[in-house]
Amino acid sequence: MDDRSARLYHIFVESFLPLLKAGVEFTIPLTLVSFFFGLLLAFLTALVRLSPVTPLKLIARFYVWIFRGTPLIVQLFIIFFGLPSIGLTLSPFLAASIGFSLSVGAYGSEIIRAAIISIPQGQWEAAYSIGMTKNQALRRIIIPQALKVSVPPLSNSFISLIKDTSLAASITVTEMFQKAQQITARYYEPMLLYCEVAVIYLIFSTVLSSLQNRLERHFDLHSSNKGSRL
Amino acid sequence: MIEIKQLEKAFGDHQVLKGIDLNIEKSKVMVIIGPSGSGKTTLLRCMNLLEMPTKGALRVGDFQMTFGEGNVPKQKDILSLRRKSGMVFQSYNLFPHKTVLQNIMEGPVIVQRKKQEEAEARALQLLDKVGLKEKAQAYPEQLSGGQQQRVGIARAMAVNPEVLLFDEPTSALDPELVGEVLGVMKELALEGMTMVVVTHEMKFASEVADQIVLLDQGKILEQGSPDDIFNHPKEERTKSFLSRLIDPI
Ligand SMILES: Nc1ncnc2c1ncn2[C@@H]1O[C@H](COP(=O)(O)OP(=O)(O)OP(=O)(O)O)[C@@H](O)[C@H]1O
Ligand SMILES: [Mg+2]
Repeated sequence: MDDRSARLYHIFVESFLPLLKAGVEFTIPLTLVSFFFGLLLAFLTALVRLSPVTPLKLIARFYVWIFRGTPLIVQLFIIFFGLPSIGLTLSPFLAASIGFSLSVGAYGSEIIRAAIISIPQGQWEAAYSIGMTKNQALRRIIIPQALKVSVPPLSNSFISLIKDTSLAASITVTEMFQKAQQITARYYEPMLLYCEVAVIYLIFSTVLSSLQNRLERHFDLHSSNKGSRL
Repeated sequence: MIEIKQLEKAFGDHQVLKGIDLNIEKSKVMVIIGPSGSGKTTLLRCMNLLEMPTKGALRVGDFQMTFGEGNVPKQKDILSLRRKSGMVFQSYNLFPHKTVLQNIMEGPVIVQRKKQEEAEARALQLLDKVGLKEKAQAYPEQLSGGQQQRVGIARAMAVNPEVLLFDEPTSALDPELVGEVLGVMKELALEGMTMVVVTHEMKFASEVADQIVLLDQGKILEQGSPDDIFNHPKEERTKSFLSRLIDPI
């Protein structure tokens, strides 16, 4: 092994644990927290948009419109750098979590709404015909089927989110990508370090998508409705 | 059991039902026939308010409602009236994420708040009646069309409705599966279940119906016993409708 290769190998090995540590300490928690709250928000927003309460519906539509129509990084900058000027200073991690949750909420609500709409009308009618109220029909019949339909697209959002958390570097969260930038600044080996961090992102998303497959199979065992119209 | 007075239904400005008067007596079977688009499905769906009539009055059991301008039906009344009937759909509409047993227990447990064990015992009893006791744990997709429809009937029966409504229950089935469903329906009729059946199965109609109603262009063209309708029809249009059924070209 020549000197250059030895040096690269050394830096690679040296950096791996710090990068992984940043990933486990920040990237993964940021992803999980944001996805959890994002899903709650998505669910609420979808239900509000399908409800008959007009003012709430308008608010929900406005929210989705804003967060789908503007770049995530701009949203993060407004939350972290902008809000302090109106007296609201948030820690980088909290600002990032809020930004990502709002973004997941906006996209996720569209996924869930589409899934609910895709359940055949006959399912509503069957629920009503045995005397259910609208809420009972939603809770017992429609939502369980809609959730199954929305698992694949929501899993996609989840994978996207893992990668999008790298944007938190721009608002000073020392997540994995920020860490890679810091190490690069020390060794001047951008090719090596950015490829290395890419590999770790790849590992994270691969592991998490295998969990997704398992989740899909779990749902498959319990029914076969693919949301198709009868 | 069901009393319908001057019932009208319009979709936008398309008048589909144009003043229907009908009486369905307890323990009787009424079969509704008529050409495609005549409003049979709409009429049946009005009876449990899956469609909201635009005018007229409807009584099911002891619950009466009137419809018309400025008369917005209350959600509570809709539920009360709807809970007096059960419905069997052309495309079965079983809940695909629930087992056969869960499909049947859903109404009793969730709507009527019956105890789990009580509901399960009753569900198994109904499954036995439709000949599917061994399929209790199966999912709908694992059943044939005929089996699914029999589960559909058991699900509708499970909430102890005063009347069962059937909308072409056998027309999505392969011919060899029609018999098993009609057999179950015939049995229910013999046990005194009040039934309203939209169907093209004329043999079933003539054997089981107490009364046949011929609907045409949103109006009742003729009604009477199977003998009246099939052997002594009064209206020319009844004759031509029946002859088209026998010799469909
Ligand atoms: N939801 C709806 N919106 C608008 N028009 C409708 C709706 N449902 C039914 N119609 C119309 O009402 C008329 C009667 O329909 P309906 O389904 O009651 O007929 P049908 O007698 O059951 O026919 P078929 O034998 O083909 O089932 C048709 O012209 C149909 O297009
Ligand atoms: Mg019809």
